This record gives sequence, structure tokens and C-alpha cells, in this order.
Amino acid sequence: MVQKVAKAAVVVVTRTIKTAFLFSTLLLSLVAQAAILPEERADILFHSYDGGGVTIDGPSILVSKQVGDSFSFSGNYYVDSISSASIDVVTTASPYAEERTEYSVGMDYLRDKVTISTKYTQSDENDFNAKSLHFGISQEMFGGLTTVAIGYSRGWDTVGKLGDPAFAIDVDRENYRASISQVLTKNMLMEVGLEVVTDEGGALNNPYRQVRYINPANVVRGYDYQDEVYPDTRTSSAVAIRAKYYLPYRAALHGEYRFFTDTWGVNGNHFEIGYTHPFRKNWIFDFRVRNYSQTKADFYSDLFQFANAQNFLARDKELSTFSSFTIGAGVSYEFNKNFLSFVDKGSINFSINNISFDYDDFRDVRVSATPGTEPLYSFDANVIQLYLSLWY
Amino acid sequence: MNRLIAYTLIAASLILSGCNIEPWVKPYERDRLADPIMSFSRDPVSSSYLHHVYQARESARGAEGGQGGGCGCN
Repeated sequence: MVQKVAKAAVVVVTRTIKTAFLFSTLLLSLVAQAAILPEERADILFHSYDGGGVTIDGPSILVSKQVGDSFSFSGNYYVDSISSASIDVVTTASPYAEERTEYSVGMDYLRDKVTISTKYTQSDENDFNAKSLHFGISQEMFGGLTTVAIGYSRGWDTVGKLGDPAFAIDVDRENYRASISQVLTKNMLMEVGLEVVTDEGGALNNPYRQVRYINPANVVRGYDYQDEVYPDTRTSSAVAIRAKYYLPYRAALHGEYRFFTDTWGVNGNHFEIGYTHPFRKNWIFDFRVRNYSQTKADFYSDLFQFANAQNFLARDKELSTFSSFTIGAGVSYEFNKNFLSFVDKGSINFSINNISFDYDDFRDVRVSATPGTEPLYSFDANVIQLYLSLWY
Repeated sequence: MNRLIAYTLIAASLILSGCNIEPWVKPYERDRLADPIMSFSRDPVSSSYLHHVYQARESARGAEGGQGGGCGCN
């Protein structure tokens, strides 16, 4: 009886959500006014990440082109060339090198004040493949002061394990997004965004990662390793508010706060402020600081008391209690015309971000000490971007 | 359910009537807002890369702004 009631309640809630979603979608299309298509531009970016024994670099090429007044097409080619001797790798595995390649194609359709966007993305590496489809609709209203957008994505991952051809586990992902952008004054914009992501599958962790547990029988270290065990589902919600303010002289301030929570017990807070300063005619300088902190997952521990200590076991530092602090700067130089006949303008851009990660309950086991007393782990990473942008 | 319909109808009427709201920032007053330095994501190729860098190292994901849609990575 109780089950029946619960089932009926679920059906009602599901119907209610479906009805509301359909109705709001219908409204968005009825109240059609509108927006603009993405800029016609091409970007060629070289990226580099170096920190914690990991280097990742490669190109990213993004091209957008309008066709007629209503359609815009885009394509992105992205590569991560990874060379890893991270703390996880050097303590429980061997350093490795691999490559991840990602392709995506997208289309935007503009009708009156409604923009409909679709995108397909495919990502391949030797032990991980991901495909995803994205759909979004946005609507300008109130004389162009407000833009409302909703979106949905579906992803299909296949997780493999090198040296174990039989290991192939599917993970399904779904994203639900909604956002409102609002012109507040002639100098200020604000945006509020919400995104819910669900993952379902048998390999939500890295299948190579292990946890450690106290084992007095191991006289050398005092602990041993066993494989991680993760839940098969994870649902997360993130809500963000960001604002941009045009200063009395030509410059802009940017502020952002984002709150994150998930069903694994992780809560995160992200604060960011930035300043953009044009200089003379051709230069733009950007500065930013960002602070992020999170609590650990319920089933995370740096050192379990014994083997199989609980049903779920994790020692991924990404699920630990930690904070990261970023300080970044960038410079753009814009050049106009007279470069190539079909190019309206272009820019050369360089940015560097330094990120410090400080872990509160993830220990550096490269240092020999009584288990659980090793120093806490921390590292710095430098993220460099160099890119050329052309508008045509 | 009735409450939901009521809220939806109120929202609908607000949105529909919104078409006639007088914009408090006139189109000719939006030159500053249209300046590229006021864009939340001036260079999408760069911001989506940075989101990817953070997503790979922090638990938080979603609501990053810009084009969104996840990075298809683990």
C-alpha cells in the first residue's frame, strides 16, 4: 500500500514537471522575440597545463560561420596530450602518456527572438570514449532586457581499462540547464544559472585508482591498497550568480558566486572577481582571482581503518576537503583590417593562470611516516593559453 | 498540481504582458553593455578550456555560464 502511494506520488510529480516544462517551452516559443547568432570567427588556441607532475597541452580550433540570416554552424577540434606522473600515479601505478581528442559540431537557428542550439560532441582516448548531444533554446524578452535559456544534454560514456579488454562499462549522463540574463542598468548586467547533472553507470571513478587502509601486517609501510568502490549514481546541482559592471571610464568589473552540492555529500563554493582594462586603442588587459573550496564526499578517506571498511570507498583527491586559489592575467592585442582581405579584424591573446591546490585530508604518501601522519598534499599548476582570433 | 497551474498562469501572464513593458534601459543607452569587455565570455574557446581545467580537478560542475554542455571528459 505504502509502495503504491509512493509510486503514485512519483507519477504525479513526474507529470507535473513534464507539464511545466512543456508549458514553459511553449510559452517561450509563443512570446517569440529575439537574439543574435554567434559571431563569425575562428580561434586557434594552444593550451598548456603544468602542475602536480602532470603536463597537458595541445591545440583547440573553434570556427563559427553564419549561413543566411537564420543559421550558424560551428566546429571545434580539441586535443589534450597528457604526460602524467601525478601523485596518484607514482604511488600506485606507473607514469603514462596518452592523448584525448575531442570533436564537436554545432548549429544555431535564430527565429525572431528565439535561438535554438544543438551540438554533438565526441571525445576519444585509449581507455575512455564519450559521446554527447546538447540542445538549448533561449529567448529574449522585455524589450531585450531579459534573456531566458533552458538546455538539456545527454551523454554516453564507455569506460575501459588498459590491459583488460573485457572491462567496458557504460555511463549515462544527463544535464538540465536554465539561466536568466538581465540588463539591470545601462552599466550593469547580471546572470543567474542553474544546472543539474546526473550520472548513472558502473564506473563513475577512475578504474585504476585505489584507496589505502591500515594493515599492521605490512611491516614496511603499515598500510595496503585496494580498489575504490563508488556508488552507481551521482546527481549534482550548481547555482551561480554573476554580474558585470561598466566602470565610469572604459573598463569592466566582474563578480561571480557559485554554489555546488551533490548526492555524494560534496558541497562547494566558488567566488571570483575580475577586472578588464582596455589600454589605448588596441590592448585589453584582464586580471582575475578565484577561490574555490569544497567538503569531502561521505565515502572519502585518506586512510581507512581496515580493508573493506565500508560499502563505498574513495581516495580521489578531487573528492577530498580542499581549496584552490587562482590568480590570473591576460593580454589581448587587436589588429584591424589590412591583414587579409576576408578578415574584418583579429586579435592575439595570451593568458596565464596560477592555481594553488591545498588539500585538508589527502596526505603525501611519498613521504615515509607513521600512516596518517604524512604531510598534507598541495601543489601549484600553471595554465597558459596563447591564441589567435579572426573575425570575418 | 492546482497551485502549480496557478503559478504557471501567473508567470505566463507576466511574461505575455512583459512584451509591453517599457524597457527601463533604452536601446540607445546600451552602447556600454554592447562593448565586448562586458561579455561574460569574450572568447568562448578560452573560457570553455578553463572550465575543462577546473572540472577535471574539482568536484563542482555545471552552471559555469557561456555555452555550457559539459566537457565529455572524466
